[in-house]
Amino acid sequence: MTDKNGFFDLSKTGLTRRTALKGLAAGAGLAVAPGFVRYSQAQSSAPIKIGFQSHRTGIGAAYGRWYERTTAAAVKAINEAGGINGRPVEVIIEDDGTDPGRGAEVVGKFATQHKTDIVYGTLFSHVVIGSAPAAGEAKMPYFVVSEGHHVASTKLNRYVFQPGITDVKSQIQAMAPWIAANAGKKVTQIFPDFAFGYDHRDYLPPALKAQGAEVIAQIAIPPTESSFTKYFPQIPAETEVIYHVMVGPAVLTFVKELGEFYGSNRPQLFGFIDSLEATDINSPGLEFLDGSHFWEGSPRYAQPDDSAAQKAYRAAVGIDDNGAAVGDPKDVSTAAHMFGCWETLFVVKKAMEDAGYKGPEDRAKLVEATEALTEFAEGPEHPQGPKSFNGKIHQCFGIQNISKVEGGRLNVVHKTKIEDGLYEPEGDYTTQPL
Amino acid sequence: MKEASPAKAYALHLGVIALLFALSFVLPEYHHGLLARIMVLAVFAMGYNMLFGYVGLLSLGHAMFFSAGLYGAGLAVIHLGWSVPAAFAAGLACGALLALVIGLLALRTSGVAFMIVTMMFAQVFYLIILYFAAWTGGDQGLVVPQSARVLVLGDTSLGLTNPTVRYMSALVLFSIVLLVALVIVRSRYGRVLVAIRENEERTKMLGYDTFSNKLAAVVVSGTICAASGAAYALLFGYVGSTFASVQYSILPLLWVLLGGAATTLGPLIGTLFMYYVVDITSGYTSAYLLIVGIALILLVLFFPRGILGTVRQRWLGWLP
Repeated sequence: MTDKNGFFDLSKTGLTRRTALKGLAAGAGLAVAPGFVRYSQAQSSAPIKIGFQSHRTGIGAAYGRWYERTTAAAVKAINEAGGINGRPVEVIIEDDGTDPGRGAEVVGKFATQHKTDIVYGTLFSHVVIGSAPAAGEAKMPYFVVSEGHHVASTKLNRYVFQPGITDVKSQIQAMAPWIAANAGKKVTQIFPDFAFGYDHRDYLPPALKAQGAEVIAQIAIPPTESSFTKYFPQIPAETEVIYHVMVGPAVLTFVKELGEFYGSNRPQLFGFIDSLEATDINSPGLEFLDGSHFWEGSPRYAQPDDSAAQKAYRAAVGIDDNGAAVGDPKDVSTAAHMFGCWETLFVVKKAMEDAGYKGPEDRAKLVEATEALTEFAEGPEHPQGPKSFNGKIHQCFGIQNISKVEGGRLNVVHKTKIEDGLYEPEGDYTTQPL
Repeated sequence: MKEASPAKAYALHLGVIALLFALSFVLPEYHHGLLARIMVLAVFAMGYNMLFGYVGLLSLGHAMFFSAGLYGAGLAVIHLGWSVPAAFAAGLACGALLALVIGLLALRTSGVAFMIVTMMFAQVFYLIILYFAAWTGGDQGLVVPQSARVLVLGDTSLGLTNPTVRYMSALVLFSIVLLVALVIVRSRYGRVLVAIRENEERTKMLGYDTFSNKLAAVVVSGTICAASGAAYALLFGYVGSTFASVQYSILPLLWVLLGGAATTLGPLIGTLFMYYVVDITSGYTSAYLLIVGIALILLVLFFPRGILGTVRQRWLGWLP
């Protein structure tokens, strides 16, 4: 039953007993040192512990980096203003590798090892969905900044909230009136052939139809595709607007090839900035986007009518007027999404204070206090704009920005209203037991 | 190599099971939960080891068998409302059937071609999951409702979300698979598999139908991996296409290489080791995969046959 001819012998090196013992001792030392440290329960004077499930590695790393910066800035602001219920806030970060399996383990680690008060900060939908069961089982309030429709769909559980960023269904619905009125009535969609694209595939046609416009073609592109030219002949000639939501590294090639296909005589282009988050809009190959429009949650570039709160937020997070890191113009932010971290943390503060939150034993109270919230006024805590919150579906609704690419920057040309993105609730989390 | 007396081998394995049982009462909460997950994934590694370790067939597509169990059980609960035992059986059946079909096709190749063919089939399986997103949840995956994850035994209802029930369920599955693996590798059939690995032509010459034996091994391996996937869906409540990606075909290979290929306990050791290296090092640096890589290189240098493989080679020749 063993290998006689060294089938698995990957190398032929000697090993003394002393060396092996040293290795084992080092391994044992590693095992018992940090991971096994016991953390005491938070006391009334102890910090509020927020477990930050961060995408430090994996496909979400660019977002994760900026989510961490925004979180650090928000926590600094909260602590300088007296913390939460007079207690300082401490953020404990764990990397989930942008992997749902690891994500669930990280939630478990926050709940049972770090013993954080809440878990927060997840962006990628599959990680949220993969982690939500662990949060529900641990009865751990889980505040995500994901923009996916999964929270509002009420398919997760009562402990999952998305109070700081609108969901994609709401965003698409809010875009439709502007597209129909300003860009064109015959729309061809190009989207990645996975869930992010499916949200757009499913929600845009009815939203446009309600505005007297129509989707005349839907072109799904496999996520593994690296060249797109062969798909462009599928775009009907009568297309007035190309609605594109390509994401990932291939987006530069996509735009370049689309430019080569159309030349100077192209339909209107409308996209979601998700495609180009953390990417310089002036990158070579993106010239074709000049004059096109994008959805932005929060504007990347400073706008002439920015509120004092918006200016203060940008300064606190450390982004310049072009939406890049102060002192490093090449380090472009994920401005359209990361404001959600700032706003979510202030929602947590408000809900904890409303609940008189003292420690993990008050988590159920925190859930109920969050569900009782209804509106967030625009201001230092909500610099992106005012929001309404539906406690039954754990989802906020807010304004959206439509920006035009001109002169190498994105200028906001239209802001939607909160009502533009409202839809009928699909369920009610408050009927679930705590 | 010395042959262990059956009593010695079984005593060791029962001792490991007893140790895991005892750990349930002393481990801190976090490690208790983590070990439950590790035991489930160690079953995945044991399934992989059955083919890689004992038959010498290196597959790069075992994520599809794990996912067959994961989706077979998960979708049966989500869409059909099946009970936990029925859903688990559905997961096993999906894995076994898939393994039979893949085995019939892939075993026409060997060596590098076998690796490529299994990887391609796994990729097809992965893309099918994405294609039928309306049913599978695509790349986002689906949550198996907490209310459906209840094991009803007579008058007793056991919630699989309860940490103790989950740990014990994982332990029961792990123990059954470990003992089945031990019985197989000590059986005449197990010896035939090793003979095929060492010299297939000679085994044929001795009158054995190597294709049938290899096919049976693929089915056993695929079914064990599916058992792991089905348990993962039911115990942890999530089914997602990430588990069908190539990464999850590579992981069991690493776990088995680390713990010791063709050792019955190696998959557990390898999975345990890898999990804790990632868990501990990720607390210090985002470059933890670099540390994992270095750890792997060191293991290859100093434990070329994996941890238990080297222990067996140097000290305990009787280890099964």
